[in-house]
Amino acid sequence: MELLLNLVIYLPLLGIAGILALRNDKATKWISLAATSATFLLSLPLLFSFDVANSGTVQYLTEGSNIMAGLDIKYLIGLDGLSLLLFMLTTLMGPIVILSSWDSIKKHLAGYYSMLLLLQTASMGVFASLDLIVFYVFFELSLIPMYFLIGIWGGKNRIHATVKFFVYTLVGSLIMLVGLIYTGYDAGAAIEGYKFTTDWRFLSGSEYQIGLVEQTYLFLSFALAFCIKVPLFPFHTWLPYAHTEAPTAGSVVLAAIMLKMGTYGLLRICLPLFPNAFVEFAPYLATLAVVGIIYGALVAMVQKDVKKLVAYSSVSHLGFVVLGLFAFNTIAVQGALIQMINHGLSTGALFLIVGMIYDRTHTREIEDYGGIAKVVPVFAVMFMIATLASIGLPGLNGFIGEFLILNGTFSSEVLPQNAFVVFAALGVILAAVYMLWMYQRVMFGPIKHEENKKLVDLNAREIGLLVPLVIFMVWIGIRPTDFTQYSEVQVQELLESSNEKRVAIQQSADSEDLPQWASNLYDVTDELASKIKNQ
Amino acid sequence: MDSATTLTSLIIALPLLGFLVNGLLGLSSKSFRQRKALIGTIANLTVFIPFAIAVYFFINMGQDSAPIFAELFTWIKVGSFSVDIAYQLDQLSILMTLVVTGVGFLIHLYSVGYMWEDEGYWKFFAYLNLFIFAMLNLVMADNLLLLFLGWEGVGLCSYLLIGFWYTDMANSAAGSKAFWYNRVGDFAFLVAMFLTFQHVGSLDFDVILSSLEAIPADDKFWIAFLMFIGATGKSAQIPLFVWLPDAMAGPTSVSALIHAATMVTSGIYLISRMSEMFVMSPEVMMIIAVIGALTALVAATIALTQNDIKRVLAYSTVSQLGYMFLALGSGAFTAAMFHVVTHAFFKALLFLGSGSVIHAMEHVEHGLHEEGKDVHFDPQDMRFMGGLKEYMPSTYKTFLIATIAIAGIPPLAGFFSKDEILAFTFNAGFAGFAEPLYMVLWGVGILTAFLTAFYMFRLTFGTFNGGFKLPEKISEATGAEKYLHESPKTMTIPLWTLGGLSVVGGFLGVPNFLLSTFTHQEEHINLLHNWLYNVTADYGLGLSHSVEWILMTVSILVAVGGVYTAYKMYGSGATEESDAKLADRFGALYETWKEKYSLDEFYEGIVVHPTVKWSDKGLAKFDMKIIDGIVNTVGGVVRLFGSVFRYIQTGVTSSYALALVLGVILVLSMLIL
Repeated sequence: MELLLNLVIYLPLLGIAGILALRNDKATKWISLAATSATFLLSLPLLFSFDVANSGTVQYLTEGSNIMAGLDIKYLIGLDGLSLLLFMLTTLMGPIVILSSWDSIKKHLAGYYSMLLLLQTASMGVFASLDLIVFYVFFELSLIPMYFLIGIWGGKNRIHATVKFFVYTLVGSLIMLVGLIYTGYDAGAAIEGYKFTTDWRFLSGSEYQIGLVEQTYLFLSFALAFCIKVPLFPFHTWLPYAHTEAPTAGSVVLAAIMLKMGTYGLLRICLPLFPNAFVEFAPYLATLAVVGIIYGALVAMVQKDVKKLVAYSSVSHLGFVVLGLFAFNTIAVQGALIQMINHGLSTGALFLIVGMIYDRTHTREIEDYGGIAKVVPVFAVMFMIATLASIGLPGLNGFIGEFLILNGTFSSEVLPQNAFVVFAALGVILAAVYMLWMYQRVMFGPIKHEENKKLVDLNAREIGLLVPLVIFMVWIGIRPTDFTQYSEVQVQELLESSNEKRVAIQQSADSEDLPQWASNLYDVTDELASKIKNQ
Repeated sequence: MDSATTLTSLIIALPLLGFLVNGLLGLSSKSFRQRKALIGTIANLTVFIPFAIAVYFFINMGQDSAPIFAELFTWIKVGSFSVDIAYQLDQLSILMTLVVTGVGFLIHLYSVGYMWEDEGYWKFFAYLNLFIFAMLNLVMADNLLLLFLGWEGVGLCSYLLIGFWYTDMANSAAGSKAFWYNRVGDFAFLVAMFLTFQHVGSLDFDVILSSLEAIPADDKFWIAFLMFIGATGKSAQIPLFVWLPDAMAGPTSVSALIHAATMVTSGIYLISRMSEMFVMSPEVMMIIAVIGALTALVAATIALTQNDIKRVLAYSTVSQLGYMFLALGSGAFTAAMFHVVTHAFFKALLFLGSGSVIHAMEHVEHGLHEEGKDVHFDPQDMRFMGGLKEYMPSTYKTFLIATIAIAGIPPLAGFFSKDEILAFTFNAGFAGFAEPLYMVLWGVGILTAFLTAFYMFRLTFGTFNGGFKLPEKISEATGAEKYLHESPKTMTIPLWTLGGLSVVGGFLGVPNFLLSTFTHQEEHINLLHNWLYNVTADYGLGLSHSVEWILMTVSILVAVGGVYTAYKMYGSGATEESDAKLADRFGALYETWKEKYSLDEFYEGIVVHPTVKWSDKGLAKFDMKIIDGIVNTVGGVVRLFGSVFRYIQTGVTSSYALALVLGVILVLSMLIL
């Protein structure tokens, strides 16, 4: 099984080799489809034989040897409850993304599909790696193919968009790298005979505790990188550009997979490594999340470009995820995890759908449509389902995530103010407003433009690649437990152990050793410290 | 699965099946779309069979029977939160199930004829089945979250069906509007659920209702209040009622089913279901009663100025729903449910009757076009009608029955239910909380009863009495009456069935005092009270028999007065002349009514327009200029540094050497000085 996991991750690279060897446009497409389909099929056994009861333990673990004595950096790959579903989402989106490009990409096919395949490997790597250096490598690796996908196969302003995307996220990552190296040395010092370690299992465990001052800086360095990636308001401005200019497949991968790397990072790294900072900064980040929910929705409402609208809706939706993570309890974090999947499915579907109509009309302006429901009924139905999933209609996936996040946050001890939930829930109203209003202007009314009367409805390929997404939208909506079960145990354990660690660190902290701001921030008082000492 | 569970799941599953079959086959196969008889049969059977099952359950259920539970599977289970897909059939939910499937079936049957010519026939029935499915989830759910699934589900169907003829933008705009106003209510409902779960740890009705003491009084107020806000959205009350009149853009059978008989009563059902909690918060009860009475009055005043036959009925629905909320707020949950039932009969009948009329008027327009005359008129506008009773006897007679029923003339259905509501409102004037206020509300209820009788007879007289006005108004349309005809059997059978129910429906709730005055002992002839006794937490009725007699007499007199006034003014079919008289007499007040209190304009001007404008001109610009501007500035500054430092990195060794020497001199000079 360990071997299978590695095979799944690197299979797309084999596809690239095939593409480069054959150098034939038709073969390129089929090789890509075969590689991603095989990746998906081979990943299924990983899902089926996953031990749900032990989701807190890393499974299918491959552990390489240290690159140098005392330097504990190693190839460490495996899946656990936090990563399994995101990993599966990535393998599922693989063939869908390839198929979505089938007829719409006409130049430099070999390069294009190679980039998609490389992106596939990098994304899977991000979710499967458990050594933070390896994680970082995959995290950065995923930027490069996306940079080219937007920059070469994108729309008119692709260069501006891709440079902004690349530089912005890279700046965040570099700051994270500094934090990462510091953490590595700090943790290495905690183990006899080591100088450096980035083994997540050790870092997240209870033996390794980071002092409050260091935690603050480290948390901020990691959180900044992840918040840019999510993107959390106000770090989001690269997203509308990147989404609008990216080719359909790029937008889909960006929305469905890459944005999740940010929220995933917050959960995988920030929460267990820096629990004190995570909890103390929760109200601030939750505030940004809630502002993002409403802000993203209001800005989405007035967009004239469908893709931009969906991009801003992502800012709004991912605000929910971030809110759930910082609520720091099982219900909300589980909600956030399933909402990551949901957002991938429904926003992925929306970008696919927008791409399909763009292929026919070559416009993304809402104004250029109107009344096309009658001409393309199947398209209308698919679009409607994705829209409804996106606005959180009960019975479909989006509702489950939003409800769990809001319900969990409402009883959160870390975010005790009900205002977080009340304002976030306003986003539910706004989502209905901007999505249905857009749908109405694009699909309903009389046909506004003569040329749209000749639009062709979805073909079998297009229906085929949307149907799996629709199935999952309904499935998660009706039986979410089939999905949340994979992370249930781990989320619970992780929250408990992180909280214990947090309390332990706080109690052992001595206010005399701390600067004033840190004692205030972490509520470390003289009395508390002396009480602990006397015991 | 035991047989009760199987049957319960069948009730739920069949309409869903109907939706899937008609929806998927219709979407994928052109030839299937043409098989209208088959589509209609599927849709009708998948509602009729659940009705039959519900009847079977009803027969086997006693007023003291324990509820039937059917737990299908776990829906959501995360941490301490767990909710099942589970249904509960008790006396209250079976009553609603009977109304939903029974009236629902009649309307399905009616729609076979009404929608026959429409190219979206398959889609219409698919949506209608989906609606029944969602509505059944709403009334049969054993927990708040599943109820909410139905709650939003019916909202979706309402949205789809209002905008059914979506090529007209006004229709789809009305659909969206309905969805948005409902979402405002749903937002409150969601927060109410969070608050409930926080205190109770469950969303199951039986758990909530048996652990009410775990909720602090303040939060009980908030939960009840927020749920009520949710109800004002779905059940079209002040301040969220403005979507319902616009919802008339949908096909008429949709108006009958969704916007009169079933969906809009969801809020009343919810509050009755949670009645034990609501009675613990007299403040909320008072708010509900006030909002209900106000809505009843406001909507009735608007109704008497409208000329669109469906709009009059829409405002009438809002007004009648107001009565039901007045009942809820007065602790008369049974009376509210009673009015839900009787209203379902006569209001569905009124809508179907109006559909029959509109059908006929469209036929006239069509016929004139065939003749080559270019005549255009609004087939829903009463001012072109008149005298239709000659041409459409069944429609007329059934419409008249429903009008008498809603006007509150004994012994038809509406009389008993409305009278009970008013009696309980009066009764709440002695219940110990805000007593004088409830007396005022009783007065408002009586005034509205007068208005109801008046505007409903205005509508009926204007439509059916006098002469046919179309030829008088448009000279080209002379002789148009030859195109007027009665609707087909599939449409008149439901009319007569509902007519029968509107006559006898009231006997479900004959007040006990009618008998006990004579027998001088306690009597229990009010069937509905007996039936719901265990489920709802009604206030006790503490009025003496003589007071009850007086109250009943007053409400009869008022109703008769309304009918008489309407007859004097509109009996001859002189609608416009009498309207002008009314406008004269009431002046500015009448204008306000006619302008619908300008609520739409108010929301548009205060909320919608500023938000959109501010987001467009403010936020979107802010996003691009300020937030992105800062990002660009940071990037620009870095680039600036880069471009400056670039000049230093010349690659010329001699300049590096020069800099080195200068540096050494600088350091040395600093050390020495």
